[in-house]
Amino acid sequence: MVAFYAPLDRDGLNQKIFYIHVPIALTSYACFGWGAWKGLLHLWKRTPGADLESYVSIHLGVIFGAMTLITGSIWAKFRWGHWWLWSEKQLVLFLVLFLFYSAYFMLRFSVEPGQRQANLSAVYSLFGVVLIPISFLAIRLANQYIHPIAFTSHGPQMSGSQFFTFCVCLAAMLALFSALYRLELAGKRIDASLRELRELIG
Amino acid sequence: MRRYVGDVAALARKDLLLEVRSRDTLPAMLLFVASALVIFHFALPSGTGELAGLGLLWVAIVFTALLGLSRAFVAEREQGVLDGLVLAPSDRSAIWLGKSIAALAFLALAEVIALPLFSIFFSSVDGATIAAVLLADLGICAVGVFVSAMAIATRARELLLPVLFLPLAIPVIVGGVGASVAGSPGRYLGFLVLYDLLFATICWASFEYVVTE
Repeated sequence: MVAFYAPLDRDGLNQKIFYIHVPIALTSYACFGWGAWKGLLHLWKRTPGADLESYVSIHLGVIFGAMTLITGSIWAKFRWGHWWLWSEKQLVLFLVLFLFYSAYFMLRFSVEPGQRQANLSAVYSLFGVVLIPISFLAIRLANQYIHPIAFTSHGPQMSGSQFFTFCVCLAAMLALFSALYRLELAGKRIDASLRELRELIG
Repeated sequence: MRRYVGDVAALARKDLLLEVRSRDTLPAMLLFVASALVIFHFALPSGTGELAGLGLLWVAIVFTALLGLSRAFVAEREQGVLDGLVLAPSDRSAIWLGKSIAALAFLALAEVIALPLFSIFFSSVDGATIAAVLLADLGICAVGVFVSAMAIATRARELLLPVLFLPLAIPVIVGGVGASVAGSPGRYLGFLVLYDLLFATICWASFEYVVTE
């Protein structure tokens, strides 16, 4: 559909990456939000398993975030001729979030598994959802003193069929996320029950 | 309420007294910020302009704070005080608040030296910069002490603190540098206030989960 249905605009072929890049980015936000929600559930209601769900969700969010950075960088290369543009607010935001959530793994894996690890991870994931809007605002503010001339060209507005393709791509990406989420979660749960069994036997 | 304030004051006084007696952290912070400023002089080629210097001032502040914060919970860890504090019959967030106040005092003292030094070495500092430094200090200490308590619970300990803290400090840098260099600093100062309020609230509310199982 991306390849054949959506009409080309004045950017030509490289505009196609838009249908991959933006849905991945939005899915990544969804992952982080979902992870923080599960973290909150863990702290608030002590829902069993919420910690694992939060971790899997953030894990996938980081993978989607890395893909956003890569596809965004390719797009920037073809559209503006540079691999990295600091004036692209969304990409910079993803770089900050990528750094932040990479530290999540360092935090998580340097604590012994258990209640402590779950608590720290959950609190950190909550910091993440506060950091997203704050960083977004910060990057907008920073552009005002780093690039005094505002970057206003938003590209062409989407036509109906383009928007339709975009929505299908977004839905597909969210479906991919939920499939991966279930798969990974099932794997981790099997791991956990196996470990329990081993401890019982050993 | 009064008991809570009393607890916080007692905890902050404990840290300040410890520092007065041992003189571990503050001299190191002072020397660090002075040498950082000298390094910046050699890192900036001539003709770079004073704006670059103002940007580096913020780098110096954040890294000096990091130096102090990495020591924040060391005494507690070595003596096992944190377990005692958690068991004490007071709200756990008082531990965070007391420690933040002590860290704020150290950082403010370091800046009392750093800012005049900066204005001698580089360019003069205006009122907006000083206001931004004060506001940023609140955010840096609130978030920094919180993250420091997280890092101390891990195997990697101090190593983890910069990794966790620096992504969270990016908005502070933006607000601070913006207030220092922009023509109208109002919105940047407002942004710093927003940052302080949001993160202080979330730190205050969730500190309990960091120190308890």
